[in-house]
Amino acid sequence: MKEFLFVFRRSVESNDPPQSPEQLQAMMKPWQDWMGSIAAQNKLSSSGNRLTNEGKVVKPNKVITDGPYVDIKEAIGGYIIVKANTLDEATSLADGCPILQVGGTVEVRMIVPMEDNN
Amino acid sequence: MEHQQLIPHLFRTEYRKIIAVLCKMFGLEHIAIAEDIVSETFLLAAETWGLKGLPKNPTAWLYTVSKNKALDYLRRDTLFQTKIAPELNHTDEGHPETDIDLSNQNIIDSQLQMLFAICHPSISNEAQIGLALNILCGFGAEEIADAFLTSKETIYKRLTRAKEKLRSEKIKIELPPPGDIESRLETVLSTLYLLFSEGYYSASQNTVLRKDLCIEAMRLMVMLTDHPLTCTPSGYALLSLMCFHASRFEARTNQDGEIILYEDQDTSLWDKDLIAQGVDFLNRSAGGKQVTRYHLEAAIAYWHTLKEDTHEKWENILQLYNRLLQMEYSPIAALNRTYALSKANGKEEAIVEAEKLNLDANHFYHSLLANLYEDINPEKELDHLQRAWTLARNTNDKSLLAKKISSAIGRK
Repeated sequence: MKEFLFVFRRSVESNDPPQSPEQLQAMMKPWQDWMGSIAAQNKLSSSGNRLTNEGKVVKPNKVITDGPYVDIKEAIGGYIIVKANTLDEATSLADGCPILQVGGTVEVRMIVPMEDNN
Repeated sequence: MEHQQLIPHLFRTEYRKIIAVLCKMFGLEHIAIAEDIVSETFLLAAETWGLKGLPKNPTAWLYTVSKNKALDYLRRDTLFQTKIAPELNHTDEGHPETDIDLSNQNIIDSQLQMLFAICHPSISNEAQIGLALNILCGFGAEEIADAFLTSKETIYKRLTRAKEKLRSEKIKIELPPPGDIESRLETVLSTLYLLFSEGYYSASQNTVLRKDLCIEAMRLMVMLTDHPLTCTPSGYALLSLMCFHASRFEARTNQDGEIILYEDQDTSLWDKDLIAQGVDFLNRSAGGKQVTRYHLEAAIAYWHTLKEDTHEKWENILQLYNRLLQMEYSPIAALNRTYALSKANGKEEAIVEAEKLNLDANHFYHSLLANLYEDINPEKELDHLQRAWTLARNTNDKSLLAKKISSAIGRK
């Protein structure tokens, strides 16, 4: 089994924080169902993390800019790590990811195995 | 109670208490001495109570006799004089009498410390359960063998090896230092959970024995949560989980020891008091910051105490399994999640998910698929029932599946 990183990107404008616990729960449910489905196949390696909207980008020569999204419309909203035998299998796991419902994308990248790092 | 029944009863309740106190005093490396002393005491009880009649207070008699035997042993034993006495830091020189303390408090403390000693990370899980049953619950090798469906000799060897390990690892009967209690408790809780599950899910036909295993696991959990140093939210969650499961004990088997499935159970046999206690422990488990797998499993078990099939119930169970699986994968959780999905969102959706599970060698997997295909595709239902029957190992599962197969054929 190899590991693959799923990076979730979505447009910055649509990323409004939930207003109430009910709203939060309604937002979380499709994610929980989708991740629960991957976990039930024993293919979830790490449930990763969600990222907030705030951020800084550090560039050479002590240039620091606000936000990760100055040049692009989309920002990274979070990531998880899955287990799969091939890139195709990993890609098919991304099917049904709730980010796709709000116009976002999932970038699927294979993680270089530890022993190949050098 | 006649002494013929009283002695086995006292053996079950008192053996473990005296053993814990004596072991605490002698050290785990001399566990055999403690076992000999307590066994001799019970042998003497069996011999004399029948002839001379019952003592006024049989328990006190057992304590006094074992205490005297221990003191005799200490007095004449050279090993004690040279090896143990110098190590007994709390002894008055030359007066070990004051040290055999069979008070309630010391019994509980000794048992709790013994629990941590047995659930030491260097001891294998299997051995921990055996030792817990033997030393803390007073089960003999024969009973343990019956529960594990194995031979007395196998268990005897396992116990001997485990006790040897306790000795060679020089494990002390004491509570871990406060900073280590939480991490050591993880092993203790998982061992008690296994002990409970062994009783709850064992294929042994001996339902009385199986229930005893569950009761013992719960008794030890109560001991843990009653003590201020070892009482934690995750402990309450596990105890709550045990209460919810145990509440169905009477309803889940028939007179022949055959399993009655959840949906077919007579809810009037569910133990309402245990359910109420489970709810109380579940509330107390909400104290910490952490949500453990015991919290999630207890919450799932709570929803199962409500018999009525509502969307709310199954949606909640589904979400709890989603979280549980993200925390820790297990085939049974994956199957249960899929079942909850079928109840919350319908069988068609669940079939799609079930086909992804890759559990072809698991008979529960085929039982689940058979359930999902019922009414949708009778051919596939029958096919999966037959595959489940081929894969099932124990007679309970086999006979249950055989019944389903004949009823599926009847419906065609």
